[in-house]
Amino acid sequence: MKIRRAQQFVKYSDQPVMLKLKRGQLAALSIAAVVIIVGVPLWWRTTETYRAWLPVSQIKELAKLQLHLSADVEVVFARGTVTPEQQKKVPLTQTQNMEHRVDEDTALSYRYETRYRTATIMEEDALNQPTAAEADLSLHTLSESPSGSLVVYVIPESSSLLPQNVDVYIGQRRTALLRIGSQMRVGKTLEQLLAHMEPRIKQVLHVMSFSHTDITAALSNRVRISPGNKESIADSMRAFKSSPGYEITFSLLNPDPKSHRLHWDIEGAVETYIQPLLTKLSPVANFSIDSQTLYYAMLGVNPRFDSSRSTYTLNADSLAHVINPVEARLGSNAASSNPVLNFLLYIPDAHHSPLYIHDHKKQQVPTNAFHSPRWGGIMIIRQCWVYNVNEFYEVDTVFPVDINIDMAKVMGVFLAQLRLLLGVQSSTPPPGFLVAPCGNAGLADWELDRLMWSRSVENIATATTTITSLAQLLDQIGNIVINDNIAQQVSSAVTSLQLAVSELEAGNLGFALQYSKEAILSSERAFFDPSLLHLLYFPDDQKFAIYIPLFLPMCVPILLSLLKIVSEARQKHREKKPKKD
Amino acid sequence: MKIHHFLSLFSTYFLVDGVNIEDRAGQFFSSGHTNNWAVLVCTSRFWFNYRHVANTLSVYRSVKRLGIPDSHIVLMLADDMACNHRNPKPATVFSHKNMELNVYGDDVEVDYRGYEVTVENFLRILTGRLPPSTPRSKRLLSDDRSNILIYLTGHGGNGFLKFQDSEEISNVELADAFEQMWQKRRYNELLFIIDTCQGASMYERFYSPNLMALASSQVGEDSLSHQPDLAIGVHLMDRYTFYLLEFLEDIHPASKTNMNDLFKVCPKSQCVSTPGHRTDLFLRDPGSVLITDFFGSVRKVELTMETINLTDPIEQLESAESGELQKEMHTYADQLPVSEIIHQKPKQKDWHPPDGFILGLWTLILLVFFQTYGVKHLKHIF
Repeated sequence: MKIRRAQQFVKYSDQPVMLKLKRGQLAALSIAAVVIIVGVPLWWRTTETYRAWLPVSQIKELAKLQLHLSADVEVVFARGTVTPEQQKKVPLTQTQNMEHRVDEDTALSYRYETRYRTATIMEEDALNQPTAAEADLSLHTLSESPSGSLVVYVIPESSSLLPQNVDVYIGQRRTALLRIGSQMRVGKTLEQLLAHMEPRIKQVLHVMSFSHTDITAALSNRVRISPGNKESIADSMRAFKSSPGYEITFSLLNPDPKSHRLHWDIEGAVETYIQPLLTKLSPVANFSIDSQTLYYAMLGVNPRFDSSRSTYTLNADSLAHVINPVEARLGSNAASSNPVLNFLLYIPDAHHSPLYIHDHKKQQVPTNAFHSPRWGGIMIIRQCWVYNVNEFYEVDTVFPVDINIDMAKVMGVFLAQLRLLLGVQSSTPPPGFLVAPCGNAGLADWELDRLMWSRSVENIATATTTITSLAQLLDQIGNIVINDNIAQQVSSAVTSLQLAVSELEAGNLGFALQYSKEAILSSERAFFDPSLLHLLYFPDDQKFAIYIPLFLPMCVPILLSLLKIVSEARQKHREKKPKKD
Repeated sequence: MKIHHFLSLFSTYFLVDGVNIEDRAGQFFSSGHTNNWAVLVCTSRFWFNYRHVANTLSVYRSVKRLGIPDSHIVLMLADDMACNHRNPKPATVFSHKNMELNVYGDDVEVDYRGYEVTVENFLRILTGRLPPSTPRSKRLLSDDRSNILIYLTGHGGNGFLKFQDSEEISNVELADAFEQMWQKRRYNELLFIIDTCQGASMYERFYSPNLMALASSQVGEDSLSHQPDLAIGVHLMDRYTFYLLEFLEDIHPASKTNMNDLFKVCPKSQCVSTPGHRTDLFLRDPGSVLITDFFGSVRKVELTMETINLTDPIEQLESAESGELQKEMHTYADQLPVSEIIHQKPKQKDWHPPDGFILGLWTLILLVFFQTYGVKHLKHIF
């Protein structure tokens, strides 16, 4: 029994050498095969970072930004401005295109579609009103022009709507009144008349609709524009950047509560004066308002006594140092990251009142207020805007004195500052223009249109820059994990951007602004997602230090055995060769 | 209206003595920033690194004195020296020996303290990728017109800076963070100051525009500490920051000292190491950059020339129909029912098997028994 059993199993050491070698080679080859075919892909897959798919090609397309802005202009000829033969050729439509290349990635094109027609009977009646303001109002009741469009009414020279030296009146809505000279219409064809009117209409468009300077200023995030004139730099520095929301804080500073007891109806004033403006601006941004009273809050500067006027004065040079000591006490809403606009009203204490601000020419500033770019405004109350206070306190005055503040005057100044800080530029109009004062809403319709245009362009420019830089960042750093939600935000941002650009081209300003806001929100959320933090920089020596102890002991025997197999095969081949000869 | 204002600025040059209006108007436009931010970081812990906390607090103090408010300063201190058990004078951090200057002060606002000071949080602040629940005071809410001052101090080496004695940030990561800030236009100009050993290696890799960097020592050199205080028992400040603090004490909000003077702070004779700086990425000439452009917060102001004529009277808000206030009975919720607690009967405790200690003790006793009396009995137990 034992012998048979022993015969069945041959000991390994007795087997012929060739068989042993072959088995060894097979083992080495199969291990190498397993390592290469199974191990390496497995290691690659398990150390890969999850990267969701991003629409890279569409992002590259968006990087080359081509913006087309179009505005509809309607020119209406009143009776007496065109001759009957000229009238036959009206109605007429003209299109003007202007192309600008800002830099190699950004191109702008402006398109004005002008329609000419004659006035209807009702419009003629409206134009017969005694003053331009009333004409404007009744014209507005007839038809509401959509956002972004303009209507220019051409009135004859004999019309008495406009004063003598004024040729153009710009209303509160989207209408303008243009008066042509009498010598223009006699014996001229329609084309010559239109060509004569063209410079004036261009000026009107420059004031009431988008202008090249505004749009290029709005692109400043994307294109580093070389500084133009100093006024444009100051303009661009003053207004807040486009943001989905703003916080407005009204503060009343009372340094001397022992002498003054202040009463201000801030709720009513905000509701009556500020809220209409913010409601009108609601397509642009959300606003939240709060107010506070600060006691024992001093200005950081000592005012000087001006004996000639027997008032205390603050020089314009010292105003810059007023803000910092106060700012520490102002506080802000901790819950939101929106930019804050601060409006401060300062009531000087009894020993330093009345207090006036003097400009560099030692003249009193009529508003007694100043503002700081991208921060807010400060106003010092004027004596005449306060009820129930004497110029000089009598000896037997009972302190504290009750003071009621005239909120209409105060809010008038704050509203002007708010307009400036939000970017409603009021540049000086060309000569011969009369601009109607903005209504109780504080904002004319065409000013809102201009703001919407520049905001849309700014949002689109910022969102495209964000998306392209995010795509570039994710491309460069291969180690960052791209989650699904980030990919989804990026896709929705790209879609919104494409929609915004197309709506802007079609001239639908409201939709363009809305899509551009959505694009900004999605792109910011994607860029600032907390999971995108790049903490994965490994210097090469650290990578070697981690992988060598793991892989080297395993790879060395495999490599050596493979080399041995190859050298043996080569030897065999060499042995065979002489036999062939 | 504004043109008149600007014209008057230039025309009254001769009328105002002493103050150079044209210079200042030019400066309004040349610096291009409207607000200032500061990120001050101390990265080391343990009592013997007292000097790093004192460094950071002295820069904080100067920056606050020159006008930057707390809401615009992000202060990160990795350890608390003022309330450390080993501090013989609690609630103080001194920067000069003989306890001349307490930089801790009364109104220090530390935004990131202790273990919150990590590389991750620092990079999150710079790039803005903070979770939505982060409060405003812990964020860097800068925009494209902000000048930012970043000050780092601690222990560093060639190409890295050590955080909390356990992790490090490399110069490549820092340069990438600044590039991301630039892509999102989160700064107008940035001044980077670092006071560590081999500090110049940290700014070697910067590649974004508008960055200026200063370091206390070159690659291969160590930054040394200044002077120990025998009562407190540790070194109080590092040399570079000590002389930087002395330099800054002479600056007031209206001073016109420029960056070239800052580069001369702490020469080799005082500092033993060679301070270095890097200005090739900065667009403006350093001689035209004021110290207060970064360390202070000088506001630009414009006089408001316009006002809007408001004629509507204020509407009186209708008071709610509160002729009779509805009276509801409100009671405080009973948060601590004392009567129920004191009248509770003690609960029957469930029986639990003896825990590990008891078991171990029994095993020990058994083993000793069998050791003494012979192992052959063991097989009867198990």
